Amino acid sequence: MIATLAFYVFAVILLVSASMVVSARNPVHSVLFLILTFFNAAALFLLAGAEFLAMILVIVYVGAVAVLFLFVVMMLDVNFAQLREGFQRYLPVGATIGVVLLVELFMVLGGWKFAPEAASLRFAPVTPGVHNTAQLGRLLYTDYFLLFQASGLVLLVAMIGAIVLTLRDKGDGRRQDISRQLARTAADTLVMVDVATGAGMKDVGILRPKVAEPEPVAAAHDHGHGGHH
Amino acid sequence: MLAVGLGHYLTVAALLLVLGIFGIFLNRKNVIVILMSIELILLAVNINLVAFSAVHGDLAGQVLAMFVLTVAAAEAAIGLAIVVIYFRNRGSIQVEDVNLMKG
Repeated sequence: MIATLAFYVFAVILLVSASMVVSARNPVHSVLFLILTFFNAAALFLLAGAEFLAMILVIVYVGAVAVLFLFVVMMLDVNFAQLREGFQRYLPVGATIGVVLLVELFMVLGGWKFAPEAASLRFAPVTPGVHNTAQLGRLLYTDYFLLFQASGLVLLVAMIGAIVLTLRDKGDGRRQDISRQLARTAADTLVMVDVATGAGMKDVGILRPKVAEPEPVAAAHDHGHGGHH
Repeated sequence: MLAVGLGHYLTVAALLLVLGIFGIFLNRKNVIVILMSIELILLAVNINLVAFSAVHGDLAGQVLAMFVLTVAAAEAAIGLAIVVIYFRNRGSIQVEDVNLMKG
């Protein structure tokens, strides 16, 4: 009884916040409603007994994806009022397609039933008395290990892709130049000096290390920016 | 087993899917809200997978839901990276301005 009530509460909040996501004036509000949507979807997952997925949804979506969205929305200096022009114009066509799709989905929803042999066709039947997380872990590391590794590969590709896309090389970073490091000899950089006992570095006359030949790139850079060196 | 009928879960997922598609049409100009609408659509798919998994007592649906979640996260990361570099190059994220390739 209380589970049914909770289902209705979470489902209503889920749908209302999802409609606020698509209709909010301010994209920051959209992202915040998206977070609310994900929380309520996690609650629905909990009610269905998928505890691990519910927690993953909260951690991955609320903790990473929604924050990423929020970060991008706030980082880009976009005139969002301008982006909302044509909102009224697209409303009728969007509503029409939505209603048609909804009618079709409800026609499908009303006209299906389980096959009689459905129970015998299960891939991974639930073992009673074992935690959802433990069962999912056993399944993921045995039967679905290829899928697990494929998802890791997908995430790796996404990470490398995002870095490659957004990395901006301004040319003033300090890079390791291995050939220069290897070509460097002790004779270029070391000077043997006889230092009198008790004399400071100033008395000996050495204040800074001997500089090798200046690089042309660095020279041009200095020339360009002048004063602040 | 489910606390409420499977039909309730399927109804919620269907409404969520329609809201996501409606959002794509409604925010034709704003790429970020379109990406959020795609997240809603994928969430609807996940709700369906979990509901069927629970009603059948079959965990394969939940494994597949995890895979969908992974792909959705990767898609959001790549999509937002594209939005950021597009904004850096053009100073705008209007969908109608995206015509450099004359597709």
